[in-house]
Amino acid sequence: MVDWLVIQFHTQLGFSIVLLLVVIPAVLTGVGYSTYFERKVSAWLQDRHGPNRAGPLGLLQPVADGVKFLLKEDFMPAGADRPLYILAPMLSMGIAMLGLAVIPWGGSYQPAGLAEPLQVQVAGLDIGLLYLLAVGALGVYGVVLAGWSSNNKYAFYGGLRAAAQMVSYEIPLGLSILVIVLASGQLRLENIVEQQTALWWGFLPQWNIFLHPVSFIIMFTCVLAETNRAPFDLAECEQELVGGFHTEYNAMKWAMFFLGEYTHMIVGSAFMVCLFFGGWHVPGLAAEQTTLWGVLLQLAVMGAKISIFIFVFMWIRWTLPRFRFDQLMRLCWKGLLPVSLALALVVVVELFFNVPRSYWSLIGEVGVVAVALVAVSLFRIPVTGRQWYLPDLDNRTPLRGGSV
Amino acid sequence: MNQTNTTAFEPSRLVADEFGGDLWTLNFGPQHPATHTTLRLVLELDGETVIGCTPHIGYLHSGFEKLGEHLDYNQYVVVTDRMNYISPMANNIAWHHACEKLFGIEITPRCKVLRTIIAELARIQDHLLCVGAAALDLGALTAFLYGFNERELIYDLFEDICGARFTTSYTRVGGLMQDMPEGWPAKVKEFLQIIPQPISELERLLNNNRIFIERTLGIGQLMRDEAIAWGWSGPLARSAGVVRDLRKDEPYLCYADNWDGRGSSGVHFKVPIAKMGDVYGRYRVRLEEIKQSVEIILQLVDNIPAGPINVLPADKMTLPDKNEIYFSIEGLIHHFEQIMTNRGWTPPVGEVYGANETANGELGFYLASDGGRFPYRARCRPPSFINYQAMSRLTVGHQLSDVVAILGSLNIIAAELDR
Repeated sequence: MVDWLVIQFHTQLGFSIVLLLVVIPAVLTGVGYSTYFERKVSAWLQDRHGPNRAGPLGLLQPVADGVKFLLKEDFMPAGADRPLYILAPMLSMGIAMLGLAVIPWGGSYQPAGLAEPLQVQVAGLDIGLLYLLAVGALGVYGVVLAGWSSNNKYAFYGGLRAAAQMVSYEIPLGLSILVIVLASGQLRLENIVEQQTALWWGFLPQWNIFLHPVSFIIMFTCVLAETNRAPFDLAECEQELVGGFHTEYNAMKWAMFFLGEYTHMIVGSAFMVCLFFGGWHVPGLAAEQTTLWGVLLQLAVMGAKISIFIFVFMWIRWTLPRFRFDQLMRLCWKGLLPVSLALALVVVVELFFNVPRSYWSLIGEVGVVAVALVAVSLFRIPVTGRQWYLPDLDNRTPLRGGSV
Repeated sequence: MNQTNTTAFEPSRLVADEFGGDLWTLNFGPQHPATHTTLRLVLELDGETVIGCTPHIGYLHSGFEKLGEHLDYNQYVVVTDRMNYISPMANNIAWHHACEKLFGIEITPRCKVLRTIIAELARIQDHLLCVGAAALDLGALTAFLYGFNERELIYDLFEDICGARFTTSYTRVGGLMQDMPEGWPAKVKEFLQIIPQPISELERLLNNNRIFIERTLGIGQLMRDEAIAWGWSGPLARSAGVVRDLRKDEPYLCYADNWDGRGSSGVHFKVPIAKMGDVYGRYRVRLEEIKQSVEIILQLVDNIPAGPINVLPADKMTLPDKNEIYFSIEGLIHHFEQIMTNRGWTPPVGEVYGANETANGELGFYLASDGGRFPYRARCRPPSFINYQAMSRLTVGHQLSDVVAILGSLNIIAAELDR
């Protein structure tokens, strides 16, 4: 029996199942602690202490929150569309978790006496990248259904905003990913990561961020919008829409939206890390490590990179004010979309001359930004607000004083 | 006067018309995170655009003016604490400013200085909250909390001087509840050294923040002539280019020349004026006023004149010293006359209106006296109420998100609005 289990474990399928059983609890714990981390980060930014009552340093706070959510009254507003109202939070969280399947967490592991190495990845799909995009796009359903089914005007507004916003930001997101796909010629995330493990001049890892910085910025912006994080959190935006799409939700249903948002953040961060920051690649180590310790190190590095992204998400959330809805749309359609189209064009040209993944990419990206800036300044294209440029504020709002 | 007034919004083509739909009525409040207190706006929306906005008031009506007819001139100060609870000290001072005008009392120089310092501290306290709220309503909670540690320090100062942090009730007819404690000016100076830091942090965070500017510049614009027509006062009027500040125009306390009777000039300060009359201008004017308040306090805090804080007991306006009450028959009678319910003051018969420049604008009290112990009528001119009238004019034509920004910039305190 034990032998049989060991043999089963030594196949990719068995390993994937084991990994699945590890990844889901690990990510859920990570989600719980990102809520804790979010509150601590906001506290640091705001001169406060943050949660520090439950357990040492408040570390049991997520547990206490979980218990609270489970024990709260499960309320449903009158006139709500019952099936959709219940389905929405499940969709929101379930779909967010689907994305975890194709993330390459730690390269490949070569146990002794096995011919083929085992991928530290639940499912090594050929179309892993497209799968991730598709699953990310499904995330909007939870929000829209919640907004629709709640029988609440604020929730409805939140749902409408989310639908328009997420669908719009899909496009520049897809285009910026297209840049990487074209340049690397790969749709498998693990292969894209592997490509980035080489070194330039013996020390600089060939991460895509160095070749495609502008694509990264666009993708980062779009992931912020896709995950509904500030400054793009117009779907919930407390000051205008009370709670937005989740106004009428409470207890565990609300918590599932919350968990879904954080899972989405983790998947989005992992996606960006894989595409632009070399995934599990440890800077300084050229080759992939296949020993047990090497894989564990790579897992840790992957986790660290994701954590840094999540910290940046939080940092942005607690610093910036939020866009207005028309500004948000203008930024997408008039700002990000043309630039990301031009970036894709640059990569196509490189492919034609057979020089992808070279410094020409960097030159092309910088050129696109320069052209965009010139175009914006010459034709005065409004990107976010009504003026493309900021007037001299002190001149426009003169603060003059004196005896009256 | 050659200002181009922004014309009222005329919807050229509604999305609702085009698709044969109706306008969407959104009940904004009374329980809503952005109304800060209990306000209610009924918004008519065409998509995200506001077509109609009907403010409803009265959700926090507490009968403060009626209470004024049943409380004497000292007792009512407790009620004024509860009006604009963001800066209660300023209300106390405004109330007794009107009372003293009715009684014809000239308060002592020491009392004037203390009241001026406290009024400016209250202004800083109010503006710190309000400039932060400008960012809060746009979704930046951090900027809102930047000023909060310093607001706590102001509360500490108030606690030192009168024993209460929030409901201060510090002023009395003809003076103050008690003199300041030993070492209080040093604490004020210590605070004045701390306060520039959060101000500069706020400025660095918001003044040139692209999103903040896009969200506030040109939003909720009201130009000079219209601001006058709507009766605006305070930072709102000044942000629209109205050059009016009661501290300069109708000076009182230490803002007036010769306040100490020995020819001292009034405190020097500048009145910040902005031209655009938009949310951004209001934010900047408030920020600038904090700095001016710091200047004013710095001029006064070093040389607080010695002497009594209350006018002479012979005026029968203030309670005598405890020693006098216990050890002299005159003091005992004086005290008795003051506190017995069937005795008290005999103010002159007449009507007065006394107004102060508080953080929100002109806070005035209109007192009608029939010579009795209580005022016959204690009418309040709340700046929030007057400023709030323009709400509909400001929001129509803007987006739903702008309603929140405009509401925050008006700094409506419902307790003062509804009284």
